[in-house]
Amino acid sequence: MTITEESPETTLEVGRSRLRKEDQRLITGRTRFTDNLTVPGMLFLGMVRSPIAHAKITSIDVAQAKAAPGVIAVFTGPDLADDVGPLPCGWPLSPEDKVPEYYPVAREEVNFAGEIVAVVVARSAQAARDATELVDVEYEDEQVVLDLAAAAAGPPYVHPAWETNVSTHWIFDSAEAGTGADVKAEIEKARQDGIVLERTFRQQRLIPAFMEPRSFLVDPTGDQIVFWSSTQVPHFLRVFTAIATSTPEHKIRVIAPDVGGGFGGKLEVTPEEFITFTVAKKLGKPVKYTETRSESLQGAHHGRDQVQRLTLAATKEGKVTALHVDLLANMGAYMGLVGPAIPILGAYMYNAIYKFAAYRFEVKNILTNMVRTDAYRGAGRPEATFAIERLMDDLAVELDMDPLELRAKNWITAEEFPFTTVAGFEYDSGNYEAATAKAKELFDYDGLRAEQAERRARKDPIQLGIGISTYTEQCGLAPSRILGSLNYIAGGWEHAEVRMLPLGTVEVVVGTSPHGQGHETAWSQIVADKLGVAFEDVEVLHGDTQVAQRGLDTYGSRSLVVGATAVLKAADKVIEKAKPIAAHMLEASEDDLEFRGGHFWVKGTDTGKSLAEIAFAALQAHAWPEGIEPNLDSAASFDPDVYSYPHGTHLAAIEVDTETGAVAIRSYVAVDDIGKVVNPMIVEGQVHGGLTQGIAQALFEEAVYDENGTLVSGSFVDYLVPSAADTVDYVTDRTESPAVSNELGAKGVGEAGTIASTPAIVNGILDALRPLGVTDIEMPCTPMRVWKAIRGAEDSETPSEAQPHFDAEGGQA
Amino acid sequence: MRISVAVDGVTYTDDVEPRTLLVHYLRYVLGKTGTLVGCDTTNCGSCTVHLNGLSVKSCTVLAVQADGGEVTTIEGMASNGELHPVQQAFHENHALQCGFCTPGMIMQAAALLNENPDPSDREIREGLEGNLCRCTGYQNIVKAVRQAAGNVR
Repeated sequence: MTITEESPETTLEVGRSRLRKEDQRLITGRTRFTDNLTVPGMLFLGMVRSPIAHAKITSIDVAQAKAAPGVIAVFTGPDLADDVGPLPCGWPLSPEDKVPEYYPVAREEVNFAGEIVAVVVARSAQAARDATELVDVEYEDEQVVLDLAAAAAGPPYVHPAWETNVSTHWIFDSAEAGTGADVKAEIEKARQDGIVLERTFRQQRLIPAFMEPRSFLVDPTGDQIVFWSSTQVPHFLRVFTAIATSTPEHKIRVIAPDVGGGFGGKLEVTPEEFITFTVAKKLGKPVKYTETRSESLQGAHHGRDQVQRLTLAATKEGKVTALHVDLLANMGAYMGLVGPAIPILGAYMYNAIYKFAAYRFEVKNILTNMVRTDAYRGAGRPEATFAIERLMDDLAVELDMDPLELRAKNWITAEEFPFTTVAGFEYDSGNYEAATAKAKELFDYDGLRAEQAERRARKDPIQLGIGISTYTEQCGLAPSRILGSLNYIAGGWEHAEVRMLPLGTVEVVVGTSPHGQGHETAWSQIVADKLGVAFEDVEVLHGDTQVAQRGLDTYGSRSLVVGATAVLKAADKVIEKAKPIAAHMLEASEDDLEFRGGHFWVKGTDTGKSLAEIAFAALQAHAWPEGIEPNLDSAASFDPDVYSYPHGTHLAAIEVDTETGAVAIRSYVAVDDIGKVVNPMIVEGQVHGGLTQGIAQALFEEAVYDENGTLVSGSFVDYLVPSAADTVDYVTDRTESPAVSNELGAKGVGEAGTIASTPAIVNGILDALRPLGVTDIEMPCTPMRVWKAIRGAEDSETPSEAQPHFDAEGGQA
Repeated sequence: MRISVAVDGVTYTDDVEPRTLLVHYLRYVLGKTGTLVGCDTTNCGSCTVHLNGLSVKSCTVLAVQADGGEVTTIEGMASNGELHPVQQAFHENHALQCGFCTPGMIMQAAALLNENPDPSDREIREGLEGNLCRCTGYQNIVKAVRQAAGNVR
């Protein structure tokens, strides 16, 4: 960056832990969450939801509801048939995929408990909810499809016309792709003279559980229809709403105001959004809908829910030769915006940081009578990381090797970058040795191993385990070219504008749409350095399609890597644009100018013009050079050529009470290499939160359906989001190998903690319990499950819940 | 029913339905939208306010129960342009990300420090157990409360 070259280190914004600009309104309650907004005359919606998971709708009687006090209208699916089409699936894996039509209000059948069957419009939220109770729906029950293995085999079917529940069967094979050897041959070879591990792991169903329930407000009373939504993806919402409701796109303005968390859960276009928009448009009145928490847990998409059947082949010396991954992925009843592709986001990551000769990945996406699954923090990559990190630990046990040594034997060494993996992707940079060395030191790895041995020897009821996760992830969604080859409907570029205001302050308009990540602060730091303006003089605008017309929003650890690169490019253009004007004003040749500290200087002199002076001159345009437009504003789009690959080494010391099954995290060290860092404080916060969500998968959270397909973890009483009392302080540190994919050298950090921590915890629990014969515990590793696993191992007569959830054959038929 | 409640130093008199929750009264009658609703089951704590000096989850208090009482919300915490020490500490320690749990978390933290001006980390964690945050992993929240404890004293 131009200005940084001669500036003392301390004046740089990038790299500083700047306190956040966003905080002031959030800590004082002056927030603009969607449910806080009020438009005069607005009406409210109440959703009638099916309590049954699979049924034909035989009749709906809305007469009583319509007559209830305050009720304006009641709509069923057929009532809205001419007004709104099905919800979008933006990422079928092939044109042959079976993608069921998902109408915002069910028309003839319901396919999960919680599906909307009628909508009440009323003058108050209370009246709307009261009247939902008066809608009388008759259902004719159909067989419920829940079990993943049984669903894969079928019948019964969720959508009987297809005579299958398999939506797609997608395969990557290194031999076929020419990126590696033949998996079958390598596994056969290992069966003769090496080691073959076969495992089945279950990735339980999780719920994103953002703290702000989703809320939508649509005001159709102006020339444009204004659509406020608690969404991560305002730009997607605009396009898809236009398509589904046959509304001209330019007549829709989407605003994502303050958004209270997303974690992938708000990377969706939802029935409730289409309904709110459609009803508002139909009635010509402002309409608001805010879901309850139970509605959110029941009706918003879930995450994970895969069964992984894995075969790993290795030599007796511990060199992994092949990995075969065979997945069943539970899509639920319908396809989400990117739902079918979630397993594919992990497909290229099972080989992780390792050099395998052969690799094969296959997945069947399965339809069931549950709410759909889609992105949840990490999206495909946590599942992949869990699988391979568990396998590496198991292989170390098999070979009686230290698990870190085994990993080092297989990982890509620092000298080998850039490295093209067996999955066909080039990792640009990384240093697994450095991250691991730092983590070991911070953790006191050797000391804890000694303590572990000592506790084992004296049969301490509290056993100590060391959990390891040396993860990597594929971030920075994404090169459009690659997304296209994977059949994604959209691109992966990002867009930004930098506007120089006449008095010298700056507006930065970005297509990314933050919901807690602190972009306003970080982007201000970047622009301050680039343009030589004060941090305080930068305003970051986002989340409103009228202001930020172009963008592809925030998810997949993409905003800094892709979005901020667009910001830098736009800022570069501002400088380029200003240069001839500065030359004109200074009566100097452009070649004699240098840009430094927000000024164009005539080289070797103290004569210069600031950007602010030039911006003001543009306002007047009195003495403006001919043939140049009178403004400095610039826009740029950026489409990365490659992904970025953050990585790190996480170590967890886990204490397991073998008498009660209670699990305690004694210490947790996370050393992450996320490339260059803009704001270390924000990065640390992302890691803390990410770790906690990953740990929650290992220990606490699970969406549970009963045998009828009713979500029994349908409130925060039953769905265990961890509290402060359930969590610990983490030790976080970083190593740094800059990414080559972008000017900043950044790799992305949003998902790292979540991807890394789940296997670290489960590996730690198992490491503590292996001497007792425990080899597997299904997640979440609740005290009950841990206790049963210990008892089961003690007494092999007692069947243990720790055994794989599905029998291997039936599961993958 | 007619109630009279002092909220953030201003006394309001309103007719409310008996079933009206205090949080709905604050948000939709008084327009005090700083206090948020995150669940239906008194688990998340986003709606925490002080009623007569004690922290309550305002989704679990009827507006009529606050009749004659004094309520402080997040909007009444700063005084004379000065942030409350807990607000300041949340800012300085990056104890918030999306900010949705923050008003409730700050109100609960302030109540905790009223009861226990010098809590241990364990006491802070247990004192905040009824307030869920999905973003921060709590580490910086605990740090903020620890710092605020020093400043409040």
